[in-house]
Amino acid sequence: MSAFELLPPAASTMAGRVDTIFLTLSALCGFVALAIAVLIVVFAIRYREGASVDRSNPPTRNRALEIGWIVVPLVIFAGIFLWAGADYAELRRQPADAMPIFVVAKQWMWKLEHEGGRREINELHVPVGRPVRLVMTSEDVIHSFFVPAFRIKQDVVPGRYSSLWFTATGPGNYHLFCAEYCGSQHAAMGGRIVAMAPADFARWLESGGPTSGIAARGFALFRRYGCSGCHDPRSTVHAPDLAGLLGRSVHLADGRSLVADEAYIRDSVLLPNRDVVAGFEPIMPSFVGQIAEDELMAIIEYIRSMPGA
Amino acid sequence: MADNYLTDGYTLASWLTTRDHKRIALLYFAAITTFFFVGGAAATLIRLELATAQGDLVSDDTYNRLFTAHGVIMVWLFLIPSIPSALGNFLMPMMIGARDLAFPRLNLASWYIYVAGGVMIITALFLGGVDTGWTFYTPFSTLFSNSHVVLTLLGVFVVGFSSILTGLNFIVTVHTMRAPGLTWFRLPLFVWANYATSLILVLATPVLAMTLVLLAIERIFQVGIFNPALGGDPLLFQHLFWFYSHPAVYIMILPAMGVASEIIPCFARRPVFGYRFMAYAILGIAIIGFLVWGHHMFVSGQSVYASLVFSLLSFLVAIPSAIKVFNWTATLYKGSIRFSAPMLYALGFVGLFTIGGLTGLYLASLALDVHLTDTYFVVAHFHYIMVGGSVMAYFGGVHFWWPKISGRMYPEIWGKVAAVIVFVGFNLTFFPQYLLGVQGMPRRYHAYPDEFTVLNVLSSAGASILAVGYLLPLAYLAWSIFRGERATSNPWRATGLEWQTASPPPTENFEHPPEVTREPYDYRPEGEIAPP
Repeated sequence: MSAFELLPPAASTMAGRVDTIFLTLSALCGFVALAIAVLIVVFAIRYREGASVDRSNPPTRNRALEIGWIVVPLVIFAGIFLWAGADYAELRRQPADAMPIFVVAKQWMWKLEHEGGRREINELHVPVGRPVRLVMTSEDVIHSFFVPAFRIKQDVVPGRYSSLWFTATGPGNYHLFCAEYCGSQHAAMGGRIVAMAPADFARWLESGGPTSGIAARGFALFRRYGCSGCHDPRSTVHAPDLAGLLGRSVHLADGRSLVADEAYIRDSVLLPNRDVVAGFEPIMPSFVGQIAEDELMAIIEYIRSMPGA
Repeated sequence: MADNYLTDGYTLASWLTTRDHKRIALLYFAAITTFFFVGGAAATLIRLELATAQGDLVSDDTYNRLFTAHGVIMVWLFLIPSIPSALGNFLMPMMIGARDLAFPRLNLASWYIYVAGGVMIITALFLGGVDTGWTFYTPFSTLFSNSHVVLTLLGVFVVGFSSILTGLNFIVTVHTMRAPGLTWFRLPLFVWANYATSLILVLATPVLAMTLVLLAIERIFQVGIFNPALGGDPLLFQHLFWFYSHPAVYIMILPAMGVASEIIPCFARRPVFGYRFMAYAILGIAIIGFLVWGHHMFVSGQSVYASLVFSLLSFLVAIPSAIKVFNWTATLYKGSIRFSAPMLYALGFVGLFTIGGLTGLYLASLALDVHLTDTYFVVAHFHYIMVGGSVMAYFGGVHFWWPKISGRMYPEIWGKVAAVIVFVGFNLTFFPQYLLGVQGMPRRYHAYPDEFTVLNVLSSAGASILAVGYLLPLAYLAWSIFRGERATSNPWRATGLEWQTASPPPTENFEHPPEVTREPYDYRPEGEIAPP
């Protein structure tokens, strides 16, 4: 193996596909750059001042040639656009069976939580061969989750849930970087992804001791913050039933309707008067400044786990 | 020496109150040269820090202030005004056979506004600097940064008005003051390029100004515009910022293309190949350039459909750039090429711009951009365009028009040596950064993992060569003002109107108003200008 390698290790299902685009473009652009360089050098030597060569009838325009070098690149560009666009769309389409990981970024660390409740900081253990879905938000500024070996990157924006998925293909330790400038210790906001064989991963999960699971933690928070006082089906307060809410179409008091996703629930907790459900009074207090981002994620997972209506 | 614009008054007041576009151009030269070396000093410290993997030369906060200062100064105080306001100011009226710009007083006001903004930015730097990056992303810039954000914003805001006024001045001048016979399709491509640049300056800069005001309002008064904690949207800021800042890239590169289009035909003794397509390409770039801003946001969370549209448009904007490269190359065919310093710079420009442009295709390719964006690949890409392209062309232009501006010849041998040093130093500095980016090194990192050391050392070594290449012209051009050989009116046997008057030109530019009867770039390989 050579001491220098052009590409970083490729350790996800997407990496090989991105590398193919990279290498194809490199061949194409390398050829064009070389062709132009050769032409310039050849012309520069052949037609240098004082050289006796045929300079008769120099062309000042050639419509066929000029249109040709518009159309040919256009066709090639269209092909690359479609190819890279299709892979990008694939990158944005979440596999349904992906294992969720809940990520909260803050200056200057990554806090990660597994579905079973095991929590990590600046390090993420994942099994090889299984799609992993990251649900991410930020407590402060914009960060960006970047794993070069997986060829994936996604900005983590405060006030939003961003998502990203990957399937690791080989066991190993891979860099995790923050790719969006986030202040003083931006360069130190990194860590590693530890990809493990499924059996090793299962052992690792167990080694953390018994944890109650993120949904169970969410349930505890749901009661602690008093959500259950109104949203429990047995409550006397007229508040929407949350069972089966995620993915459901919701009609709002002002006539709009939307599909309830994580961001909708988050907004409803922090800005309850923004999207009031039709048939209900805007009586819910705002929890802005009281609930941390990782607690919100746990509550959302509890709502997801409620038995469907 | 006969009376000329340089001898028309020797007092400081005669310079600071001048309305002569040529003297105002020199005021710009003085200012941008100062800012270039201040921005360069910041770059020097950045490269020194990155010569080792650990953050050991300066603290992380200092490093963040250095790259912000480098970006802000180089973009707004050097690159944007460099060719339009300095070279363009000197040349635009002369190239169209006019006595001055349409609004000479406004032109002087533009310079004062520019200097005022520059002083604010430099003041902020000396008060402790700003650490947001030149992109001022929210909510970091509005809520989290403890640095001189507002003063810097105000400086950029003020400099913007200088851009707008210069753009307006150029547009009116080109429309109303062309010499008899100088039709639109007889205009030098330098005029076309600066005209298109002026359109962008006038249309895009106000958006930047508004965006910066909104940012300042949020930072000072805690009004929720971009900050999600106050109900704002941080992506809105990115859309508004790039709506200006992507066209700003074309503000920086179009005038450079104009310079190359003057130099290459002159030293190849051939009319520029495909003149009309060259002019259309300039306008095409200016127009499509307004519609590609979202390609900075492929991983920001913008919708997949928006990303697809911006990707497609980004490929499209590469077409007119490709046309220009092909046409410059074709201009050499059957020429009679002389390799004077300006030509070396211009050929270097074509090569480096080509590499910068081609690597732009990588970043327009959606799935690949996900990996490459926010890494050193992007840093390398835009430095190839802005430094390899724009700065190279700027130096080429300074050498080419130096005899006209100063009335003296620069020492040719030193000119060639500097051009070669800049070309070699530039590639050694920035090519390794492409490789670093591909391997995944994020930008704006004060320290980095050990495996990136070799390429960073190469880059820093290249930067030291590049620095020599930039300091040399400062020395020999200054020397030539006093000791250089006196220039004739047209030492390059060039066809532009600016060469049909004395070097340096008289205050009124032309003794007799010129009339244009020939097509542009009427060069002949035999070395003789065709008889009228």
